[in-house]
Amino acid sequence: ILNSGCNNNVKGKVKGCEPRVLSLQNILSLILFLLPASALTTGIYMIFSTKPEMATQEVQPNETLTNLKAESDTLKTKLEDERAKLHDVELHQVAEKVDGLGQFIMKTRRTLKGHGNKVLCMDWCKDKRRIVSSSQDGKVIVWDAFTTNKEHAVTMPCTWVMACAYAPSGCAVACGGLDNKCSVYPLSLDKNENLAAKKKSVAMHTNYLSACSFTNSDMQILTSSGDGTCALWDVESGQLLQSFHGHAADVLCLDLAPSETGNTFVSGGCDKKANVWDMRSGQCIQSFETHESDINSVRYYPSGDAFASGSDDATCRLYDLRADREVAIYSKESIIFGASSVDFSLSGRLLFGGYNDYTINVWDVLKGTRVSILFGHENRVSTLRLSPDGTAFCSGSWDHTLRIWA
Amino acid sequence: MAQTNSYRQSSNGVADESPNMLVYRKMEDVIAHMQDETNGIPVRTVKSFLSKIPSVFSGKIHFFIVTVKRLEALHLGTLMAAHGYFFPISDHVLTLKDDGTFYRFQTPYFWPSNCWEPENTDYAVYLCKRTMQNKARLELADYEAESLARLQRAFARKWEFIFMQAEAQAKVDKKRDKIERKILDSQERAFWDVHRPVPGCVNTTEADIKKSSRMKQPHKTRKSVYGLQNDIQSHSPAHTPAPEVKEPTEEEIRDQIQHWQAQLDRHRLKMSKVAESLLSYTGQYVEYDPFFTSPEPSNPWISDDITVWELETSKEPGQQRVKRWGFGINEVLKDPVGREQFLKFLESEFSSENLRFWLAVQEVKKRPIREVPTRVQEIWQEFLAPGAPSAINVDSKSYDKTTQNVKDPGRYAFEDAQEHIYKLMKSDSYSRFLRSTFYQELLQAKKKVNNCTYHCSNNPSRTG
Repeated sequence: ILNSGCNNNVKGKVKGCEPRVLSLQNILSLILFLLPASALTTGIYMIFSTKPEMATQEVQPNETLTNLKAESDTLKTKLEDERAKLHDVELHQVAEKVDGLGQFIMKTRRTLKGHGNKVLCMDWCKDKRRIVSSSQDGKVIVWDAFTTNKEHAVTMPCTWVMACAYAPSGCAVACGGLDNKCSVYPLSLDKNENLAAKKKSVAMHTNYLSACSFTNSDMQILTSSGDGTCALWDVESGQLLQSFHGHAADVLCLDLAPSETGNTFVSGGCDKKANVWDMRSGQCIQSFETHESDINSVRYYPSGDAFASGSDDATCRLYDLRADREVAIYSKESIIFGASSVDFSLSGRLLFGGYNDYTINVWDVLKGTRVSILFGHENRVSTLRLSPDGTAFCSGSWDHTLRIWA
Repeated sequence: MAQTNSYRQSSNGVADESPNMLVYRKMEDVIAHMQDETNGIPVRTVKSFLSKIPSVFSGKIHFFIVTVKRLEALHLGTLMAAHGYFFPISDHVLTLKDDGTFYRFQTPYFWPSNCWEPENTDYAVYLCKRTMQNKARLELADYEAESLARLQRAFARKWEFIFMQAEAQAKVDKKRDKIERKILDSQERAFWDVHRPVPGCVNTTEADIKKSSRMKQPHKTRKSVYGLQNDIQSHSPAHTPAPEVKEPTEEEIRDQIQHWQAQLDRHRLKMSKVAESLLSYTGQYVEYDPFFTSPEPSNPWISDDITVWELETSKEPGQQRVKRWGFGINEVLKDPVGREQFLKFLESEFSSENLRFWLAVQEVKKRPIREVPTRVQEIWQEFLAPGAPSAINVDSKSYDKTTQNVKDPGRYAFEDAQEHIYKLMKSDSYSRFLRSTFYQELLQAKKKVNNCTYHCSNNPSRTG
């Protein structure tokens, strides 16, 4: 037994034996051998009732790391097994009883021209018609999308403004990108006022800002960054209220849960993980890792019980928080370019995906099939969001334009 | 960057690909199918007036293995052409058309997966070389002539060197077999069409800056087309081994273990239950989804009529809106008019303190951090302190915890109490509200604002 670390086929003592990880079984047999017979029963009881952390103390220190890793992997596999046990049916199978969707007529109803370079991000105002958009050339523009008029324009000191958001009150916008910051600009009714002068720096990251969102008030902003973290900030003071660590690489996107009571949000990153966070404690409460490449976009299903993700692996996926697993994949052999942004229609029946192949694919969330493909943009679709009342969605593209579809 | 590597090891040890490489590999798979000897597209030499056009295939789209509609196949094909995997033999603009145009495959040497980043000096050599050749077909296009003039100005000092390089290249080219030369010339031109596209065409080599740092692999990047290293690669390096990944520390693994343990302890629902829930939610809300049920009187984006938005801001809620409040307490709390009506009802029953407390706590969370301590005190005094004017009933555990929290007040001081009150409202106040005549009357009420004929005929002027 003492030689159990070595190749079992070799008889007798072997010099230069390779140290091998002592498995739990080996530990047990070792202890059984060493314990006097009377202590045997209590000994075994002790081993089986101790928590995993305590069991590792039996092992020699230089094998702790390997054992810990093995334990971590075992738990992970166990978790996958537990998740799989409850997988008694596929979503699309249950959805067979629902009527299929007919042909949709979705057209571009407005085209917003005015950016001088790639449009990277956009957000809707709660008034259902205004939007803010940001571009690679450093410009942030506020539009009345209904009339296509530009109402405000700000030039940021940096290029690649990758994130922008409208405040719930409609009185301010937040934006940031390569400057590693998130800044808030109050929107003035006076067209002549220089907005840049009133700018307020709120968030400070150590790498690019990839996404930002106001929480349910103008006073807090949630950000995600290329530095691998997300953070919650107090707008007035710029104070960091909570930081969220757990991604192993750049965080590319985030979305706040729609619940009135919940304090959670989901984030997606270059580590292919989608994490659900508790805003209050900073803890990651759920994690999903099934994508094969960067997750570019995450969006909650309207009930808040699930969320969708869009990835560079050319698929969109649906994850349910109650089932604690991926429940649908939206993909096609002919779609080989990554999905950059996703959003649901108001009822959650449709999932709109903007892709790097310049198209927008519309998916039947329940049945998993593609309902429509929308052509129109002349370069990558980089951002896509449903309007607050669900009457339309807006897409922004590297072709310098934004389109409103209904 | 956060612990960045160009690639990362996934848990099964397979090298991960950067997002661009992932797409290149998929396009190359399609190319492989297209070039398959038995099932691929026939590539042949076509006779034209006085000469032969070697190694071409026509643009008829029957070669895509994937079952996809014509429009999609054309679009995907155009993208593959734009990325430089094949090209029309007589056009700088890289698209795929479903007509008799001829196309040629690009040599793997020039595939984008080889991480080309050709420099302007190379482009200058190329354009210069073209001017040295007498063939009409090799004449520079206008935009190329402009580029050449620009480069001549930019590289004025080095021009002699560039000229020499061009001459040397032209000499090498002349030595080649005529047919081979035709093919290579066109492939070289297509390469430059990708990296220096015709003005107005998409530059597919543009990268997303968020990912570009991970795609830069200095030891793999090819910058020189006409340089000294001319290593011919006949296959794509899209599958390459990953560099070393940082090992996690002991503490990190312990955290991981804790995380997995917490996940295991979580309560999970069966897929069948979850699926039913998703179906029922969607079914319930489909009548509110403008993509399925047209809003009354119309969708503003389609009809240019904003009546539906004006109706929503009015204080009189429509029947459909009131019906929605019955779907769940969150619906009534989410809608400002719903909240108002709910409060009104509770006040009429002299039981509004729960809702007011809940609303006050929500409000505190929305305030700047500076205001929080004062607000917390105010709420405490109003709702929880001994002798509070609007005393609420909270379980003793939450009460004790809250008493503690208030001493060092943060945004979440009332979290436990709020949760308790929410549950109470959900089971008690909310159900009473729905059953009340107050709510039922709202539900039955006819819409006060009828067909808004005074709005429908006007189209708001649109400028910009």
